[in-house]
Amino acid sequence: MAKPASALVEVRNLKKHFEVQKSFLGRSSTLLKAVDDVSFTIFRGETFGLVGESGCGKSTIGRTLLKLYEPTAGEIIFDGQPITRLTHKEMLPYRKKMQMIFQDPYASLDPRMTIAQIIGDPLAVHNIYRGKDRVDRVKELIELVGLKADHLNRYPHEFSGGQRQRIGIARALAVEPEFIICDEPISALDVSIQAQVVNMLEELQERFGLTYLFVSHDLSMVRHISHKVGVMYLGSLVEYASVHDLYTNMQHPYTRALLSAVPIADPDTAEGSERIHLQGDVPSPLNPPSGCAFRTRCPHALHRCAEEKPALKDSGNGHLVACHLLD
Amino acid sequence: MKLLQVENLKTTFHIDAGQVQAVRGISFHVEKGESIGIVGESGSGKSVSMLSLLKLLPDNATLTADNILFDGAQMVNTSQKAMRKMLGRDIGMIFQDPMTSLNPLFTVGEQIIEPLRIHQKLSKEAARQRAIEILRMVEIPSPEKRLKQYPHEFSGGMRQRVMIAIALSCSPKLLIADEPTTALDVTIQAQILDLMRDLKDKLNVSIVMITHDLGVIANMCNRIIVMYGGTIVEQGTTREIFYKPRHPYTWGLLRSIPQFTEGEKKKLISIPGSPPDLLRPPAGCAFTSRCPYAMKVCEKQPPQSVALSETHQAACWLMHPKAANHMREVIG
Amino acid sequence: MTNMNYAWKGSEGANLRGDREQEWADIPDEDFARLDAGTMQSETISRPSKSYWQDAWSRFRKDPLAMIGLCTIVVIAVAAIVGPLFSAYTYDGQDIANQNQGPSAEHWFGTDKFGRDIFVRALYGAQISLTIGVAAAAINLVIGVIYGGISGYLGGKVDMVMMRIVDIMIGVPELLYIILLMMFLGNTIESILIAMSLTYWIGTARMVRSQVITLKHQEFVLAARATGSSNMRILFKHLIPNSMGPIIVTVTFLVPSAIFTEAFLSFLGIGIQVPMASWGTLVNDAIPTLFTQPYQMLFPALAISITMFALNFIGDGLRDALDPRLKK
Repeated sequence: MAKPASALVEVRNLKKHFEVQKSFLGRSSTLLKAVDDVSFTIFRGETFGLVGESGCGKSTIGRTLLKLYEPTAGEIIFDGQPITRLTHKEMLPYRKKMQMIFQDPYASLDPRMTIAQIIGDPLAVHNIYRGKDRVDRVKELIELVGLKADHLNRYPHEFSGGQRQRIGIARALAVEPEFIICDEPISALDVSIQAQVVNMLEELQERFGLTYLFVSHDLSMVRHISHKVGVMYLGSLVEYASVHDLYTNMQHPYTRALLSAVPIADPDTAEGSERIHLQGDVPSPLNPPSGCAFRTRCPHALHRCAEEKPALKDSGNGHLVACHLLD
Repeated sequence: MKLLQVENLKTTFHIDAGQVQAVRGISFHVEKGESIGIVGESGSGKSVSMLSLLKLLPDNATLTADNILFDGAQMVNTSQKAMRKMLGRDIGMIFQDPMTSLNPLFTVGEQIIEPLRIHQKLSKEAARQRAIEILRMVEIPSPEKRLKQYPHEFSGGMRQRVMIAIALSCSPKLLIADEPTTALDVTIQAQILDLMRDLKDKLNVSIVMITHDLGVIANMCNRIIVMYGGTIVEQGTTREIFYKPRHPYTWGLLRSIPQFTEGEKKKLISIPGSPPDLLRPPAGCAFTSRCPYAMKVCEKQPPQSVALSETHQAACWLMHPKAANHMREVIG
Repeated sequence: MTNMNYAWKGSEGANLRGDREQEWADIPDEDFARLDAGTMQSETISRPSKSYWQDAWSRFRKDPLAMIGLCTIVVIAVAAIVGPLFSAYTYDGQDIANQNQGPSAEHWFGTDKFGRDIFVRALYGAQISLTIGVAAAAINLVIGVIYGGISGYLGGKVDMVMMRIVDIMIGVPELLYIILLMMFLGNTIESILIAMSLTYWIGTARMVRSQVITLKHQEFVLAARATGSSNMRILFKHLIPNSMGPIIVTVTFLVPSAIFTEAFLSFLGIGIQVPMASWGTLVNDAIPTLFTQPYQMLFPALAISITMFALNFIGDGLRDALDPRLKK
């Protein structure tokens, strides 16, 4: 089980702040700290699941890794190379190695392009597989995701959500990437289709040795697909562990509440289960609470939680938790 | 006591390309005080069937039914206008997106008070008092202050509470909730589900909950209707559907949820393929092309609903005596 | 799923009615053979493939007004190009013997004060008017799409500066530039086109900009950026093709307004010069004889009106066809 894994993606103290203009003339602005000092490592061939509620910054991390957003501070290291400050041109070879699968299968495919053009677009951008080779490559890709070559001249609106998501996967695979960011890839799909897509991602991972960052709010899917899991709350990572450690030995009160809030699809278990009730809403990221961001909803909050932001600490076996209660 | 009884409801949308048969002859009923869940994937007709009952369909849709009995009254030919009077008074409705269901130009108070004054003919002050009371009922803190605020000042979860408050303000007999928690985060979803369960018991209202989340259903409903391709493929009590499912689609649905036994990872069992195009619905069972147990007859003729118990029915050819050998193979 | 405790019940079953029971029993045994999984076509798409443009065309075709408009314009355009070739008269051929003749078999629309055939002059005028309309629309399409596209896609300070320039240009009355320029450049078709190209693109540019701004945050654009597409590639391969529907509609409405502006300028006497003819000059020429020979004005005025109507019908039809959501 414990084969030495090498790091593919390292994120160190990553920050991404957005300026939100509030006043009419745009003179004064507030900082939205979407990602605030997050560090983690993704190992080659593994899936890192990033979970949290909407607005916690999990999608921003994915997009910042691909430099779709310019990071405010921190370092992104891909395969030993820092890529944080690369220009568009210098970044190009890395874009062949890092790809992304998007959340909304209806918005992520250009509606005016045929499927062949969509899947072939990354090949055209990087100018690889020319002429007949490109046609063959596109055919190979569409069959790889379980669709047929005669679908290639159709347009996205003719496909169902699950089929479109598979076309998105084929596009991401076109340039033979090593690392794929899956940004909520199943949340817009029906349950039976979710399983199709997740199975496909797992098969492709095995076949091509892919590494995934799997961003999701669905804790049970994350548990199913991930090797390591990070839990985020209001821009910070509150817990990080291997999937087994996390789900058998949850330490952060937020993780526990999050998991217990998931409705169990089993009437007998559902009846007997005791829920941890979180009061109130997630605070606005424009005006986060002092100290630990979770303290306003935490059932165990101490005085110290308001004064000091807890740091991620190893509670043994590489299980990192950011909570004062564990001191 | 049956609160709502629907027989052979059909809804068709007329579009440029032809006729989309969104609901293809469904029959079900809702008992007084029960909560019933309708599951199915998008396009299965679950939302359209409810909108049909409420006459909230767009102009290009037509509906037919043998019977729609609500509290004993025939509603097949009720006009949209008459229906609008019943909506809010006898039937409350909650939608998926609480932002678009509230008018951003009016305060939350105005939007709660208005239906109270129309339907219950309350005076302004009485309606305000009642509004405060129901906001308190849906556990919104400091309701007096909240009444004067606009929808954008509320969070998603709070807005959904307001929607529930509005839907329940006139003590309706039936509450139809269309994916009420899909747009919400899990921790907020848990709060809303708890609230709905409490209120159901307190107010003795029947709930029809449309959802694609089997977890939500297992926690909320005592009966389940499974829809596929515009038809009801199986219906029964929650336990019957979860523990004794009889339709291959229901099997597929239940198996595609990740299962965890002793931390060991199992491969998810997915349903292959895509749902049928209801512009050209298949002649036989809609699930045939994705069904691992499909037989020749499934392509030719739609199966009839078969009663398995007082409460449990499934529509599948596997239940035909001549298919018994297949059934044994499947069930083992 | 272990016990087989289901009952084969007909009459007690809620939905299985008595008459159907017999039907069930009659199904032959071989129909209960399992289907081979390979023969099932679960990923087959049954609807015929239709591109956005094919779909729009099929909607456009069903709009009678738009089709009438389209046919009218085609007839006028063909007549304008082919008509003068088959006529015995030319646009500038004077015939002093036949001045101010009313409509007749020889001169369908009659003749003017120099004995020129008004029908041929109207056809010739159609050539000029339609050329100006189409050319002005084309020039403004190119400028508007590029200007609006860049402004919307780059956003920020670039967008701010580019839009303020537009605001300033809008602030000055359009006719003022055009008249000044015409005086400066002389009365030719080219100068009319240059004058109109100065400001006509602003509407197109603003529309393209707003389209691009709404589209640029869509996930398919993010996907293109994630792949490493350059800004220009994203703009011209993804954003502009997706805005093409509204762009075409805007441009279709530009054609009649350009024709109208030209007619107006020619009517004022600062457009096309005699003996060349546009519909505007024809109307202008006919003013002195409005009460004695009203047909001299009637025919060119009719030509302008019919063309305006036809083009506006086409524009409305295109709008409904290209953006079905706008249709009430």
